[in-house]
Amino acid sequence: MSQADLTMEGHSPGMTIGPVFSIPTKKLAMWLFIIADTMTFAACLVAYGFLRNGTPNWPRPFHSITNVALMTFILLTSSLTMLIGLRSARAGDKAGGFRWIMITAALGIVFALLHIREWMGLINEGMTLFKNPWGTGLFGASFFSITGLHLTHVTCGVIALIVVGVRYKGGRYNADDIEVLGLYWHFVDLVWMFVVPLVYLLNLAH
Amino acid sequence: MTTAEVHKSNGIGKDLATYACLLVLAGLQFVIAYQKLDASQMLGRMLTVACVEAGLAALFFMHLWREKRGFLLFVAIFTIAVLLGLQFGWTDSTRMVVGAPFSK
Repeated sequence: MSQADLTMEGHSPGMTIGPVFSIPTKKLAMWLFIIADTMTFAACLVAYGFLRNGTPNWPRPFHSITNVALMTFILLTSSLTMLIGLRSARAGDKAGGFRWIMITAALGIVFALLHIREWMGLINEGMTLFKNPWGTGLFGASFFSITGLHLTHVTCGVIALIVVGVRYKGGRYNADDIEVLGLYWHFVDLVWMFVVPLVYLLNLAH
Repeated sequence: MTTAEVHKSNGIGKDLATYACLLVLAGLQFVIAYQKLDASQMLGRMLTVACVEAGLAALFFMHLWREKRGFLLFVAIFTIAVLLGLQFGWTDSTRMVVGAPFSK
């Protein structure tokens, strides 16, 4: 494989670890983190399913899907803007890469604000970690734990996007670093695809 | 057109197509939520759609399809094995529903 091929594939020459998977070490580290984090979220969601299945008076507090639909749309769109940012960076368009990364971060902030607004709405209706007006108190604990864990990931991702974007603009980071961060951001999006049906859509009040 | 421009233009259509597919699939989950189904059927359909979404995102957004086949298999097999391992809890959960204590 020529150097040009390596660059086109997104791998800088000299960064690969030949005998294992032939991918850059930073990317491999991020993939291992993602696999480990998948287990964390999977354990939370399975535990949530266990509780929901085994609890007769499970609450169904969600009357509208507007907010969660909007949040889903924003997070999916942020994945697309992240990809465009990576493409710009790979193409050597530093200003474009920085701009799209900042747009991604802005979308992440909007998502987090919508999430917090939803939390405040539920808290104002009387929901806490251990009790709520609709049914078992386990609902609040599981809801805030799962969505809180996801929100923490989004918040960390936004901070990382800003830091990496600024350093990329300053020349300290390159397109490979943006690609590694992009993996994390897409993973956050991927997890949301499971959180929405399990935590929100199955608990719609019909 | 320079090499960089070629790289920029290559595959943006694929990204947009994947994005559109994910939007449609996400919308499908919302449609399923309003169907008159029992919870287990609804859960099954929603999880199926979510798995397809996750597969698309991993393959095309996270570029897993471009990695070496050995790495793809490593990620897929390792993740699926652990996810399957987590499913042992469901049997106990069902026993809780039917009222049989764990000791029986």
